[in-house]
Amino acid sequence: MSRADLWLYVAQRVSAMILAPLVIVHLLTIIYAIQGGLTAAEILQRTQGSLLWGSLYGLFVVAVAVHGSIGLRAIIKEMSIWRGRSLDLAMGLFGLSLLYLGMRAVMAVV
Amino acid sequence: MRNQASYWAFIVHRISGLGLALFLPFHFYVLSLALEEARLNNFLQWTDAPLVKLAESGLVLLLAAHMAGGLRLLVLEFFPWHDWQKTVIALGAAVAFAFGILFLMRAI
Repeated sequence: MSRADLWLYVAQRVSAMILAPLVIVHLLTIIYAIQGGLTAAEILQRTQGSLLWGSLYGLFVVAVAVHGSIGLRAIIKEMSIWRGRSLDLAMGLFGLSLLYLGMRAVMAVV
Repeated sequence: MRNQASYWAFIVHRISGLGLALFLPFHFYVLSLALEEARLNNFLQWTDAPLVKLAESGLVLLLAAHMAGGLRLLVLEFFPWHDWQKTVIALGAAVAFAFGILFLMRAI
């Protein structure tokens, strides 16, 4: 395992440990929130101006951008012949896109 | 692969991870529609359709399964438990958690 791969492995595990409790909170919130249908006003009422939801979702987005891009890279390496710098670059861009779209979503609801 | 159970846990983790990674950009895009509340409401009305609800339940199942499978991996790597215990406990938790969530979503 190269030094870079080792760091990716560590980042994947650390992000997983951050994501696990956040996913539990997310699943419970989903089940609570969908009762009686879902409206934009209902979502915004819960999230707008909330430092707690803003920080939780912000952390969620950072962790998932790291975790998702490293995970996708591993799957592609395992199931295709694509590897090397172009794959690393593409997965880096995927992670950055997730970060951008995710932060934009957080800013829209908080 | 050590045994069939761990092979299936591996497959489920891969498929759920891939599905979630591909779903996330759409999820984030839809949430950013909240910048104009009416646009988000239009989209949410579409999610009332039964087929969409079914697909959403599938996504929740993917998320719960990936989380439970991921916890299993973390336990395997960081705790000195016996192999068969880890697999059985984690798979049980994964299935129970996933079906619990799915049931709740369908029942509400």
